[in-house]
Amino acid sequence: MIWESLWLTLKLASITTLLLFIIGTPLAYWLSATKSKTKPIWETLVSMPLILPPTVLGFYLLIAFGQSSFLGKFLEDVFGLQLVFSFSGLVLASFIYSLPFMVHPIQSGFSSLPFYLKEAAYSLGKSKITTFFKILIPNIKPALLTGIVLSFAHTIGEFGVVLMIGGNLPGETRVASIAIYDEVEALNYSNANTLSLILFVLSFCILLCVYLINNKSLNRVVK
Amino acid sequence: MIECKLKKELSAAEGKMILDVDFSLNDEDFVVLYGKSGAGKTSILRMLSGLLDPQDGYIKQDSNFWFDAARNINLSTQKREIGIVFQDYALFPNMNVEENIYFALRQKKDRTTAEELIELMELENLRKQEIQQLSGGQQQRVALARALVRKPKLLLLDEPLSALDHSMRTKLQEYVLKLHKTYKLTSILISHDPAEIIKMADKVLVLENGKITKTGTPISIFSESKLSGKFQFTGEVLAKIDEEVVSILHVLIGNNVIKSVSAKDEIAHIKKGDKVLVASKAFNPIVTKIE
Repeated sequence: MIWESLWLTLKLASITTLLLFIIGTPLAYWLSATKSKTKPIWETLVSMPLILPPTVLGFYLLIAFGQSSFLGKFLEDVFGLQLVFSFSGLVLASFIYSLPFMVHPIQSGFSSLPFYLKEAAYSLGKSKITTFFKILIPNIKPALLTGIVLSFAHTIGEFGVVLMIGGNLPGETRVASIAIYDEVEALNYSNANTLSLILFVLSFCILLCVYLINNKSLNRVVK
Repeated sequence: MIECKLKKELSAAEGKMILDVDFSLNDEDFVVLYGKSGAGKTSILRMLSGLLDPQDGYIKQDSNFWFDAARNINLSTQKREIGIVFQDYALFPNMNVEENIYFALRQKKDRTTAEELIELMELENLRKQEIQQLSGGQQQRVALARALVRKPKLLLLDEPLSALDHSMRTKLQEYVLKLHKTYKLTSILISHDPAEIIKMADKVLVLENGKITKTGTPISIFSESKLSGKFQFTGEVLAKIDEEVVSILHVLIGNNVIKSVSAKDEIAHIKKGDKVLVASKAFNPIVTKIE
C-alpha cells in the first residue's frame, strides 16, 4: 500500500509538471513580455494558489466538476471524463495549485534577459518562434529547472486540494500525503513513519539539486 | 539611398519631447548622429530598424517603403535589410563565437560570407571560444561580423565602442571602416567622441531635443572658429601645468601625447578632460619619413 501511494504520487507529480512546463512556459513568457493593461489580473490569478487555502480551491473544483454541475455533467456525457474523485481530477487540481511555482521562476528568468538579445535575433532575420526556442529558452535554463523542480516538489507535498477533490481511493487518488494521514488515523505509526521519511528525504534531495545546479550555473555566468 | 521623416513623442528625462527629424543618406555614406544623451539618437536608430514605431512619417530605402504612416506600411525588423551592433554587444551567451556568427545565416549551407567575415575580423583563433571568455573588443568584433553575415545594406551602430578603452577603440574603428568599405555599406554611428567622429564620418547630424540642428562634415561641425588651419587634430587634455606666465597643455591625440605652450589667460577656460582642437596656422609642419 505504501508503494502504491508513493508510485501514484510520483506519477501525479510527473504528469502535472510536464503539463505545467508545456503550458506554463509560454504563459510566463507572455506575462514577461505583455504590455496589456490586464496583466495584473492575470498575474493575480496565477499567484492566487499561493495564498488561497487549498480547501477553498478544492471546494470550488468539487462544485465546478461535480455530477450536479453543468460542466461536470457535460464533460462526463461528452468525453466520459470524470474529474471528481479521479486521477485526472487530481492532475487538474495539482496543475492549478502548482501553477505559480512553475510560472514565477520562468517569468523572472525571461524578465532578467536583456531585451537586446531578442532584438539582435530579430535584426538577424529570425522569427519570434525561432528566437524563443534558440535564444530565449536556452538562456534561462536555471529558471526552467527551478520551475520544474519546484512544481514537482510542490505537487508531491499537496494535501488539502487532493483530499477535497480526489478523496482517498486506493490506487486512484490515495497519494502519499493522504496515505500518511490515513495511516495515522488508523494508528499505523510505523507505516506513516516510513512514508513520511521517504517524502522528507525525497524533498530534501530535490531541493538540494536545484541549489547545487543553480549555484554552479551562476558561477559560470559570473566568471 | 535612404530617406526618412520621423515623428514621435518620446518621454525623456525632462518630460515629454517631440522627436521630429527629416534626413536622407546617400549610398555608402558614413553618418554619425551626435548629441547629448536623451536627444533622441537611439530612438532614431530603433525606428530605422523597426524596433520602435514612429507616430508619423516614412522610411524609404531606394524605392521600397519600410514604414509609411499614411499607407499603414510597417515592415518588421526581420524584413528590413539591416545590421545592428549594440552597445552591450548582444551576443548570445548560449553559443560560442562561431555559432553566434552562423546563427545569422540565411541558409545553413552557404557559409561563404560568414567565413569571409571571420577572416576579416581576425576571429579564426577564437572560433570555439565561449562568449564569456572574450574581452570587450573581441566581443564587439564578433558582433560586427554577425551583423554583416546577411549582407545588409544599412549598418546601425549604437555607441558600439563606448565601453572600450582608448587603444582598443582605435583598433575597432579601423575594423568598422574596413567593413564599411569592403561591403559598400551605408552606416549610421552614434558617437560622443569628436576624435572618433572626425576619423570616421563623412557627415554629422547634430541632434538637440529631438531636432536636427546642424548637418555637415565633421570638421565643419567641430571647428567652430573657422580657422583655416594648415593642419589640425582633435584630442583630449590629459593635464594642464601652470608655469609663471604660460600654461603647458598635455594633449592626447590618437596614441601620442603632445605638449603645447600657451599664454595662461588664453587657455584659462580649458581644463583637464576637455576635448580640444589643436591646429597650427603659421608654420609649415615638418614631415619626415619614419620607415
